[in-house]
Amino acid sequence: MSLSSEEHPQPAFGWAARDSSGLLSPFNFSRRVNGENDITIKIFYCGICHTDLHFIRNAWNSSSYPMVPGHEIVGIVTQVGSKVQKFKAGDKAAVGCVVGACHACPNCEQSLEIYCSKSILTYNSTNLDGTRNHGGYSDNLVVNERYAVLFPETLPMDSGAPLMCAGITVYSPMKYFGLSEPGKHVGVVGLGGLGHVAVKFAKAFGVKVTVISTSPAKQQEAIHKFGADSFLVSTDEGQIQAAVDSMDGILDTVSGVHSISPLISLLKAHGKLILLGAPEKPFELPVFPLLMGRKMVVGSACGGMKETQEMIDFAGKHNITADIELISMDYVNTAMERLARGDVRYRFVIDIANTLLPLAHP
Amino acid sequence: MEKSPEKEHPREAFGWAARDTSGVLSPFKFSRRNATAKDVYIKIIYCGVCHSDLHFCRNEWGFSAYPLVPGHEIVGEVTEIGNEVQKFRVGDKVGVGCMVGGCDTCAECNNDSENYCDNTILTYNFIYHDGTRTYGGFSDKIVVEERYVLRFPDGLPMDAGAPLFCAGITVYSPLRYFGLDKPGLHVGVVGLGGLGHLAVKFAKAFGVRVTVISTSPSKQKEAIDKLGADSFLVSSDEVQMKDAVGSMDGIIDTVSAHHSLMPLIDLLKKHGKLVMVGGPDKPLELQIFPLLTGRKQVVGSCTGGMKETQEMIDFAAKNGITADIEVIPMSYVNTAMERLLKGDVKYRFVIDIANTLNPN
Repeated sequence: MSLSSEEHPQPAFGWAARDSSGLLSPFNFSRRVNGENDITIKIFYCGICHTDLHFIRNAWNSSSYPMVPGHEIVGIVTQVGSKVQKFKAGDKAAVGCVVGACHACPNCEQSLEIYCSKSILTYNSTNLDGTRNHGGYSDNLVVNERYAVLFPETLPMDSGAPLMCAGITVYSPMKYFGLSEPGKHVGVVGLGGLGHVAVKFAKAFGVKVTVISTSPAKQQEAIHKFGADSFLVSTDEGQIQAAVDSMDGILDTVSGVHSISPLISLLKAHGKLILLGAPEKPFELPVFPLLMGRKMVVGSACGGMKETQEMIDFAGKHNITADIELISMDYVNTAMERLARGDVRYRFVIDIANTLLPLAHP
Repeated sequence: MEKSPEKEHPREAFGWAARDTSGVLSPFKFSRRNATAKDVYIKIIYCGVCHSDLHFCRNEWGFSAYPLVPGHEIVGEVTEIGNEVQKFRVGDKVGVGCMVGGCDTCAECNNDSENYCDNTILTYNFIYHDGTRTYGGFSDKIVVEERYVLRFPDGLPMDAGAPLFCAGITVYSPLRYFGLDKPGLHVGVVGLGGLGHLAVKFAKAFGVRVTVISTSPSKQKEAIDKLGADSFLVSSDEVQMKDAVGSMDGIIDTVSAHHSLMPLIDLLKKHGKLVMVGGPDKPLELQIFPLLTGRKQVVGSCTGGMKETQEMIDFAAKNGITADIEVIPMSYVNTAMERLLKGDVKYRFVIDIANTLNPN
């Protein structure tokens, strides 16, 4: 029985979810012809983002199957279109969360493609020609060069892959909201895929970092491994009280349902609480504390292409990578189960080049 | 034993105070300190009635101490100055707003945002540096440290200018600070009351396009014809709200009653700002996706610093901005409070202190 979805001329192979159970299995599909502005990337590694888990299980009621997830992609360029300027065959390239946009609106003009109302995500999204996009749990990808970044030579491809989503997701708001200035004090809530990378970038910026977590067990790693300056147990009222009014900003990476009132109290006047996770229930926002301190609550998602290149170059310069567990393609369903339990330090990365084996055709 | 309000300080003063949580105000004899080297003595001529006065008089925020003399939209005339006062002379017209003291040394005080100082001293219902309670502008006189007194510009009527010292600065400050003062931007104003009508006036003076968002269709005519708003949205009209999705750079939300934030957040463009200046006392529901996918902000703002308050009042004088007021005698104040509670005022009561506050 054929598993293929042949809408395009170039064969591709990956693993796809077929329904909201989220179970992934081998999947033949196809990629478009490499157009004049496109590059083709042979994928070497793809990180597993929590968003992949949400989408494959249809947590946000917007999933369409079959779905090949994956938007933390690193590989080698194998083909470039005639108008491509940034890349040549053999270059290392990386792709993140977005692969298309309108290119004419104010957001696109500022290289904030992710915020374009017509942005096309790397997977579970619809192309201009009406076909569905498939992501990086696959052997190759064809992408407009605008949506790929040059991957620094100094950065390992496997542990650099998660930066394409987790990295830019914390880097972008730190820059945009002025939390990358040396001397600032930034809180990081949650020490997972996003959180541990946030601590690394913040320390590289010269910022004071406090990790805020529900798990006292994470203190040792937060401080000794990642270099956080201090650690707060968020359920400890005494610790929270002692830290009120102390932080310029807080990056809240937590996807589980939680209260933001204690976090707002930790902010100094004019401080910013940046929400990066997507809990299933709405938050309760207390208004008075915002008024009394001119405090802000804001959301942020990924980042624009120009700043993604800036981020990966900064990571290359400062040797910032994710802490990863490299897995084979056929481990992916177990990895998803473990990710749902938070059982990973701190990102799974699929060794695509060595372990994604094509389906034998009958 | 603690001295009575009348004997606490050397100078006699007279006003109207709330005595208990009923909030009913009545004549009250008390006293004011002598002017120290940096103080300015002010004969009060007008005082605006702010919704905060109502909240405090009825102890709605849980920390009112009685007797309580409210009033923080004060305009008057200097009658005496301390010997280190530099900015004012006897006879000058001046204003006083929501604060009369701070620490003067913290980052906020050093950055012209005294209103965010942890040790800010409010004009009434607070404890001053000398340990005594502060009493506000529903009174005949007030003595204030020079730093917290504003010069009242010529060319601005004193009665209609009084509400600018709280309502005016409360909307001016975030319009400026959040960059919603650039010509060509589109700003929404939620609620057309004391704060809202001034937000429309300031925003129009900045050259900004203004949409008033209200639950009352009957306010449309005034919003557009009288106040100069460019358009009007009835917030309960789903079609109107849907048509305006993603159209505003910022929204000034002046509403204190419990209300839904999400329809307002939908009105914002990407990177837009919802500025809360009203104070709903229960938490409001905040759904995450619109914030994440649009990098939208919800932020609070409360009055303003002294430098920007002076800037605001000077801007108002230059651009002919005053509050729309109903001048009342002191004896009408309890009725005014009842009407304020029902939103029955266009758009601010101002007490004619000089002519109607009578110790007899």
